Amino acid sequence: MQALLNNGFVRWFDNRLPVLSWANHHLMEYPTPRNLNYAWNFGSLAGLALVLQIVTGIVLAMHYTPHADMAFDSVERIMRDVNYGWLLRYMHANGASFFFIVVYIHIARGLYYGSYKAPREVLWWLGLVILLLMMATAFMGYVLPWGQMSFWGATVITNLFSAIPVIGEPIVQWLWGGFAVGNATLNRFFSLHFLLPFVVVGVVVLHLWALHHKKSNNPLGIDYKGPQDFITFHPYYTIKDAFGAGVFLILFATFLFYAPNYMGHPDNYIPADPLVTPAHIVPEWYFLPFYAILRAIPDKLGGVLAMGASIFILFLLPWLDTSRIRSATFRPVFKWFFWLLLVDLVVLGFCGANPPEGFWVPLSQVATVYYFLHFLILLPLIGWFERPRPLPDSIAKPVLKA
Amino acid sequence: MAGFGTNQQRRGLPAMADHTIGAHEETRRDFLYVATGAVAAVGAAVALWPFIDQMNPAADVLALSSIEVDLSPVPLGQQITVNWRGKPVFVRHRTETDIEEARAVPLEELRDPQTDEERVIKAEWLVMVGICTHLGCVPLADQGDFDGWFCPCHGSHYDSSGRIRKGPAPLNLAIPGYEFIDDSTIRVG
Ligand code: HEM
Ligand code: FES
Repeated sequence: MQALLNNGFVRWFDNRLPVLSWANHHLMEYPTPRNLNYAWNFGSLAGLALVLQIVTGIVLAMHYTPHADMAFDSVERIMRDVNYGWLLRYMHANGASFFFIVVYIHIARGLYYGSYKAPREVLWWLGLVILLLMMATAFMGYVLPWGQMSFWGATVITNLFSAIPVIGEPIVQWLWGGFAVGNATLNRFFSLHFLLPFVVVGVVVLHLWALHHKKSNNPLGIDYKGPQDFITFHPYYTIKDAFGAGVFLILFATFLFYAPNYMGHPDNYIPADPLVTPAHIVPEWYFLPFYAILRAIPDKLGGVLAMGASIFILFLLPWLDTSRIRSATFRPVFKWFFWLLLVDLVVLGFCGANPPEGFWVPLSQVATVYYFLHFLILLPLIGWFERPRPLPDSIAKPVLKA
Repeated sequence: MAGFGTNQQRRGLPAMADHTIGAHEETRRDFLYVATGAVAAVGAAVALWPFIDQMNPAADVLALSSIEVDLSPVPLGQQITVNWRGKPVFVRHRTETDIEEARAVPLEELRDPQTDEERVIKAEWLVMVGICTHLGCVPLADQGDFDGWFCPCHGSHYDSSGRIRKGPAPLNLAIPGYEFIDDSTIRVG
């Protein structure tokens, strides 16, 4: 980069529009904590997943027809007739799942290392906004192939708004553009599915701006003391992120080529039928824990509110966690409850995947109560009563000693 | 500050001084700013309405609002499903047992209390919108604990009058507006 800037023309250009110095500042010389572990790879992987979705999505949109009578067949045509259409569609459908896997690990990293605490609360919020936008995008994308799961998923999820007293019904008809999910719904979902990923790109820019303003958290969760705590982003983290991307792409390719429908649902290969609901409808796996919370409450409005609260509570996390120590490494009690929360989410996921009968009902209720208990009661109490382990003096010291 | 002009202007200083950060005083200009801003905000809100309302059902969608159904091919104890405004409508030819069972239920046992008589025009024909009042799935006929319908999505049970008896749904299956145009034909909507 420095060599490039010695070139006369490059210097002339950079003097007028400093893109190169900007890239140099943010991608090369940018100071990064020297002790980051592999949990810090998932941010760049999420960026990679977003780019993959946008590139494959734009290409799919060149062949897809957003009309209730033609959408299903146009997707089948992509699968059978369009050159490499099967690959592009499988990349896009599995890409959405991988995007969620990566983002969920990225969020879990934040929970474990306390990355949501001061001074990174706004960075955390922006991440949650991205999560909500991704959920909306993925939900509307899943409607586009216009199979049975598309149609009934759209029906159940839009009907969540009918739980709102008085204005619920008009809102749902407004969302549908009719008296049921239909062609008008499909058209607007296509338009919004195209738009929202670019809104995500915008929020990602803000997310990174907030990040570079306050710098990365790190596995020790302590503040940086000086330049000895940092190394430059390039070559150390560019190469580490590239390695992570390689591993990600190998796993991605494994699913693409050997199990492209593993994470999908066979009923979505049946064209949408507004008069028949499939016997067992389930959302995509990444929505299952939230779906389980919805069903755990035996009341329509209550279930919808609990589901919304399960995400919005994360916005309050920086204040619900009363401990000043960021990293779980130094929080012997919190650490256990972190893993318990992950187990609870997996249990909720299984509850969401199974029909609401027999022992799944009480199990999902217990798991839902525990989820809220963790954030509302346990986290504030642990922060007060826990005795943290002693923190190291600086980021650099343990690294340089080893 | 009341009166016209700022101190600086009265002392003949350049108006630039008004823009000094922290040296702000209320002037007529502030009033104009607020008034302009308020008009712009109202204008923007009015201009927003077409962008919101365009998503509501369009005129052609609203126009498709009534259908006629011939009842003669529906045998006793069976049901047909017809499409009305994109929604399934169940037309059920009820047996004597169905009717007696529905009428024997005491109202206080019901979540959404309604007598069977209020839900039909002719007792043997039960006409209702086949959409679960929970989150909109289509309930399955001849299933569930109450000899009526069962919604597979989240487990709502409806009785032989289509009233909610168990599960998360809050209301009975809706009765659309319909009339008998002759003995064996109805018009829905
Ligand atoms: C945040 C990024 C995105 C996510 C999470 C996402 C997710 C999804 C999902 C889950 C599906 C259904 C896949 C299936 O089962 O067939 C889908 C379909 C689709 N998406 Fe996206 N998408 C994203 C970005 C985009 C973009 C940027 C475009 C276009 C500009 C696009 C265009 C399409 C099209 C045309 C379909 C229908 C074809 C198909 O079903 O394969 N997507 N999307
Ligand atoms: S939609 Fe029927 S029980 Fe939920």
